[in-house]
Amino acid sequence: MPGTVRPLAALSVIAACALALTACGSSGSGGSADGSPAPSGSALAGQSITVYSGQHEQTVKALTEDFTKRTGIKVELRSGDEAELANQILQEGAASPADVFYAENPPALTVLGDKGLLAPVSADTLKSVPAADSSAKGDWVGISARTAAFLAGTGKGADTAPPASVLDLAKPEWKGRLGIAPSETDFAPVVTQVLKAKGEDAAKQWLKGLKDNAKVYDSNENLSAAINSGEVEGGVIDHYYFYRLRDEKGAADTHSTLHYFPKGDPGALVDVSGAAVLKNGKHQAAGQAFLAYLASAPAQTVIANSASYEYPLVTGVKGKPELPALDGIGAVADPAQLGDGKQALSLLQDAGLLQ
Amino acid sequence: MLAPVATVVVAVVASPLGFVIAQAAQAGWEQTRRLLGRPLIATLLWHTVTLAAAVTLATAVLGFGAAYLVERTALPGRRAWTVALALPLAVPEFVRGYSWVSLFRSVHGYWGAVLVMTCSLYPLVFLPVAAALRHGDAAAEEVSRSLGRGRLATLWRVTMPLTRPALAGGVLLVSLYLLGEYGAFAMLRYTTFATAVFTQYKLGFDAASASLLTLVLVALALLLVGLEAWAGRHARVTRHGALARTAPPVRLGRWTVPALAALAALVAVSLGVPLYALGYWLIKGSSTTLPSASVLGATLATLGYALGAALVATAAAVPVALYAWRRGTRPARAVERVAYLTRALPGIAVALSVVYFAVRYAQPLYQQPPMLIAGYVVLFFPLALTAVRAALAQVPPGVEEAARSLGTRPLAVLGRVTLPLVLPGLGAAVAMVGLTASTELTATLLLRPTGTQTLATQFWVYTSGLAYGAAAPYAALMVALSVPSVLLLTRRTLGRPGKNS
Repeated sequence: MPGTVRPLAALSVIAACALALTACGSSGSGGSADGSPAPSGSALAGQSITVYSGQHEQTVKALTEDFTKRTGIKVELRSGDEAELANQILQEGAASPADVFYAENPPALTVLGDKGLLAPVSADTLKSVPAADSSAKGDWVGISARTAAFLAGTGKGADTAPPASVLDLAKPEWKGRLGIAPSETDFAPVVTQVLKAKGEDAAKQWLKGLKDNAKVYDSNENLSAAINSGEVEGGVIDHYYFYRLRDEKGAADTHSTLHYFPKGDPGALVDVSGAAVLKNGKHQAAGQAFLAYLASAPAQTVIANSASYEYPLVTGVKGKPELPALDGIGAVADPAQLGDGKQALSLLQDAGLLQ
Repeated sequence: MLAPVATVVVAVVASPLGFVIAQAAQAGWEQTRRLLGRPLIATLLWHTVTLAAAVTLATAVLGFGAAYLVERTALPGRRAWTVALALPLAVPEFVRGYSWVSLFRSVHGYWGAVLVMTCSLYPLVFLPVAAALRHGDAAAEEVSRSLGRGRLATLWRVTMPLTRPALAGGVLLVSLYLLGEYGAFAMLRYTTFATAVFTQYKLGFDAASASLLTLVLVALALLLVGLEAWAGRHARVTRHGALARTAPPVRLGRWTVPALAALAALVAVSLGVPLYALGYWLIKGSSTTLPSASVLGATLATLGYALGAALVATAAAVPVALYAWRRGTRPARAVERVAYLTRALPGIAVALSVVYFAVRYAQPLYQQPPMLIAGYVVLFFPLALTAVRAALAQVPPGVEEAARSLGTRPLAVLGRVTLPLVLPGLGAAVAMVGLTASTELTATLLLRPTGTQTLATQFWVYTSGLAYGAAAPYAALMVALSVPSVLLLTRRTLGRPGKNS
């Protein structure tokens, strides 16, 4: 028996040490942030930045590898759900190890900007993309875009007679035929566009109609799969879910078709993904260099050619050939209008689409 | 010595409660009124409570019934059934939810949630009850039978009360888990209170509101823990002889076929459905990943962290369980029960709490491997505690006193008498925590060292890009790696059958 006792005792000691270390380890602040001005070019080589990313991981990996090759700056990539990462940065506060936050939607960035956690983006980087695609305050820069669209089961009524406007989806004739994913961060911009175009009362009425008509899904992935399998006739999703689903299922098993809302409709909407340098990051210059890279032609080409099917924002870089031109589709959802997403959230909650 | 150690451990594992209270305190009175005053809150509470009640009842019936069949009857293939009945523990939660939703359109809402959760959680009742039946003394049951009580009356009046502590412990874990669960319910399109908490984090970026709502879950958890304490109040099941008697198995006669059919149906539904879906993705998905270095790296990381967490959680559970067991006083039991409350918190709240404390008080360890292990320990400590508690409950009282009266020092008593007696329970605790930690996703994403990949995070990367074919090998590996743990668990929890006869 003593043979079994010693390992156990050792185990308790290890456990106690580990618990003690994690629970009441030293409370140093981890050193002061090095806010020194940007050293030029090669001086940054050998530095290592930490990027929190809520974006499609494979694409961001390709980007960070190319960036390291070009600049010698190493990148520690931390992928996660964008909202969880934003919450993490909020809890970390000044002690955050993050140098850059690459989000999927503007509200996650706006929340951090409102708390004063973002540093201004360098003017040259902001200039590389259209002004409407970045934050008006200049604390984050737009990197890529996607469009809202209507996915319909091929041959279904929703496909042969697609809605002329996203507003039509609240009409009684759509009852029982629709799916939506209101808990996804991608849905709020559509709500905001309707709000902007028609006012609060109309937006509430519209959401009420949607609630009556639609089946609620937990994610865009499951919604697009449900449309493809015929569970519902159609629904509003971002365009790239269709292309990603098509790549996974193969042409033979793709039973859905993408329709765009006519230009000028609240549903004809372009939503940007942006990135920011965190004010408390210890590698400000290297962080800015990463943002400059993301907004450069080589990075935009990587994005355009990747399997994530997003639109590049820099002029002169073309998206995938099967994607229709971005400016033919609609207007960019104004980040200032989207705000921190709370207005759309409370409308969705009032309508009972969210809890 | 024991009391301060136990208190420190419980303070650490219950720290998320402190985080939730501190965050909730930042919400103003107006915000509180608006949030909790919504009529929706009552609906969500009703959803949560009715679901928890139904699933808890169903898991109790299925868990007890299955345990009775494999431990007390002459059912053919009892050992194989024991393993098959425990195996659903090896299926990761997100695989289970998705497999049901993708294979059966009609599985959703309340009944869908009851079905899926019952299938995944009944082993939490089955294992401890089976262990209690195997180790418990069958003499009382024999006496009852010899005094003329019928088989059913004996089952109801003698067998069931003997397993009450095990049953209550398993049921407590099930019901607490249901309070904080989010992902599976979202897939099943069923809203509970945890849904509202997630909305506040995910779309509101509002930790104060989310925490305020979480406090309601804590209140529910307190109620459940109190109920469990009340249910188990007189139930200290001990045997006084060194060896327990095993009863001759009950003959099922014409009930053999229905009993076998019931067990087969339970296993088919809870194990067959997820395995079928997994096989389908493996074969049909057109996105595939070749077995690459990332698979190996993710496998090693998963195993390392799960094992580390399992060992730490088990070692930490020993002083807490021992303290409550030796003292048996009300404060001692209260300390032990506080450790259960964290189980009812949504995973994201626990993970953010670990972020909050680590970044402030253990900065050098922030996003280092110990932080992820600490996160797992905080999340899964109740699982380890339950297993150690169950093992201690089988130790005859007075053994330690006897050893001490013979002049052995207290630490030596612990090392040479008590721990060897509960060793199988420690094995069960290690297996249980390791199993659960190896498939954890939410906290892993938030707490892992930057750049570290586990099987669960890789699975998430691919499924969030709709590449189910590429994701499937990771899920299959998770299941395959869990099988040895389940085997260890069934063996450790139950011990070898018939060794006492």
